[in-house]
Amino acid sequence: MTFSLRFRAAVVSIALLAAFLGIWHLATRSTGTTTTMSPEYAKLMGLTATQGKSAMPGPLDVGAKLWEHLRQPFYDKGPNDKGLGIQLGYSIGRVGLGYLLAVIVAIPLGFLIGMSPLISKALDPFIQVLKPISPLAWMPLALYTIKDSSISAIFVIFICSVWPMLLNTAFGVAAVRKEWINVARTLEVGTIRRAFTVILPAAAPTILTGMRISIGIAWLVIVAAEMLVGGTGIGYFVWNEWNNLSITNVIIAILLIGVVGMLLDQILARFTRMVTFPE
Amino acid sequence: MSTFDNPFDPNRRLRAGGCSCGQHVSEAEHEQAALALRCEPAASEEKRYEGVVASAVMRAMFPKDVARRAFLKSVGASTALAAISQFFPLQTATELFAQGGAPEKKDLKVGFIPITCATPIIMAHPLGFYSKHGLNVEVVKTAGWAVIRDKTINKEYDAAHMLAPMPLAISLGLGANPIPFTVPAIENINGQGITLAMKHKDKRDPKDWKGMKLAIPFDYSMHNYLLRYYLAEHGIDPDTDVQLRSVPPPEMVANLRADNIDGFLAPDNICQRAIYDGVGFMHILSKEIWDGHPCCSFAASREFITSSPNSFAALTRAIVDATAYASKAENRKQIAEAIAPANYINAPVTVLEQVLTGTYADGLGGVKTDAKRVDFDPFPWQSFAVWMLTQMKRWGQIKGDVDYKAVAEQVYLATDTKKVMAEMGLTPPATAYKSFSVMGKTFDPAKPEDYLASFKIRKAS
Repeated sequence: MTFSLRFRAAVVSIALLAAFLGIWHLATRSTGTTTTMSPEYAKLMGLTATQGKSAMPGPLDVGAKLWEHLRQPFYDKGPNDKGLGIQLGYSIGRVGLGYLLAVIVAIPLGFLIGMSPLISKALDPFIQVLKPISPLAWMPLALYTIKDSSISAIFVIFICSVWPMLLNTAFGVAAVRKEWINVARTLEVGTIRRAFTVILPAAAPTILTGMRISIGIAWLVIVAAEMLVGGTGIGYFVWNEWNNLSITNVIIAILLIGVVGMLLDQILARFTRMVTFPE
Repeated sequence: MSTFDNPFDPNRRLRAGGCSCGQHVSEAEHEQAALALRCEPAASEEKRYEGVVASAVMRAMFPKDVARRAFLKSVGASTALAAISQFFPLQTATELFAQGGAPEKKDLKVGFIPITCATPIIMAHPLGFYSKHGLNVEVVKTAGWAVIRDKTINKEYDAAHMLAPMPLAISLGLGANPIPFTVPAIENINGQGITLAMKHKDKRDPKDWKGMKLAIPFDYSMHNYLLRYYLAEHGIDPDTDVQLRSVPPPEMVANLRADNIDGFLAPDNICQRAIYDGVGFMHILSKEIWDGHPCCSFAASREFITSSPNSFAALTRAIVDATAYASKAENRKQIAEAIAPANYINAPVTVLEQVLTGTYADGLGGVKTDAKRVDFDPFPWQSFAVWMLTQMKRWGQIKGDVDYKAVAEQVYLATDTKKVMAEMGLTPPATAYKSFSVMGKTFDPAKPEDYLASFKIRKAS
């Protein structure tokens, strides 16, 4: 009897997860050895000190806390305490806005660079220098010049997600097969029409790959930016729980950041499949 | 001297001197009163304001202690009160002080860092001190000192919780553009500690600390100056013998656990958290270095004061009110519960309670009691500012000549008294300088350069 590859892969995945959770659970079990302390003193101390509990929470702690968060994701108890759903909403909103700005700038500019070898060569040094700069390096500068923390966060997402899109668009446009362009020329198609009917469809898969890389980067950036600026968002949540030294909540946040990042990536992947064409 | 005690007590001192905290006539009396509370607020708020205004008037009329005391002793407190009331409308002035004008801006944003030093700023929110003064204040938790500085400079915050030396540094343009900032109130006094990793529990003499890695929260902080002072007094040069690192408070505990640093001088809730988690012990409280030292301040830009004087006055009143409430021992438990939730400090109640009530585990198996572990007294003594400036110069943060007095007076405002009193046509207090001693060494605010020259260990400038 043979099972499909998909089924077998799922079984292996689940087995790996179970093994991981099992080891995690065993590694973080409390030792139960209570050191000799006066009860009065023990009352003032935390569990790690009194029961030899590991500073790392176990999977059961994380699960229970996660359930607690998921049960009421949208509560709002003042400016510094909001449900995880609201925090994620803020982060996604910021990413969406910064990313949209990057799309608006990167795709037309990338098109221009791809179509003109002169501009491509002229802008290349700037792009190469700006591309590898970390979001955290931009943040103090943005805060200082823009003088508004939420706009700064959006700016940082914009500046970090613009480069992969720009480069991929330029590459995609420049790599359109010469035959197709020549055919269009022979048929006397104007420049604008050529750009929209020939180059854009041909370069679309590459452009969308660039956009897919960018959304990943934007999502990476938002957590760092919000940790630095504070206020709202999932990055702020991580920082706030780090302040509280609650590793449980930090792990939950990491898990959710991963899940949302995956979802964003999958949405772009779907779009990429829609525009891919067989050659 | 506290802002909150009885102004008609002939034994109350108006000027500095006497004991180490400046509160008592002699060191002996200070010792005796050590367990009683310093800033005992009056029964009702009217009484308290009456006290503030009346003491301002007394100070203005009798700048000399001797004369005031002789006067009070000869005629008695009630006669004195009646005599003053005759030619000064104390009642009206008190009402004016309590009410003030209508705030120009009701919705205010105040930034804070989640540590117990921010207690008055934070608790004024859940306990309703802001709304009582007609303000709708949003207290916003902020990710770090540099961010709080930038957000306040950018006017995202109307006022903010800052380290006491920060407004001085900002006004002088150290680590920022020079922008005139002010301190209308000190947030807390004492309330810090030196915590060391468990492995150093036998190394209690700082002389053995050579080569250690110690953390402080920010360069322009009392933590930095107190730790440097403490080390230098024990013959350790903080610039060459140890490594001092600027580390955000939550990372201090994690780094201590990871054996990456050997200790830190940090706010008490961070120290207590390290003890609570079993990774460190309390070496000394910062009050053992300088009893009554300021730590954090309530700061606002001068521009905010000029553009919204009434909002600023109301805000100051709310903070002074909250500070007076926080200074009472019996309220501390309630405060710990009020500020523990995620919206405010986000820490276990047990930890905050140990800090605020002063009954705490020391990390070595003992339970200690010190009701003054953290205390609250809002008066922004200008001599505190002068001391901080001497230390800034001592460690090379400022170079060249410093007009200590001018800077101190520009930044450290007794605004709740000075500004509101000026509106009422009063003469503000004659002095905001008091002498105090740090590790047994007396500081004379009138001779900062001599004080500075007396240190053996300092950065060559």
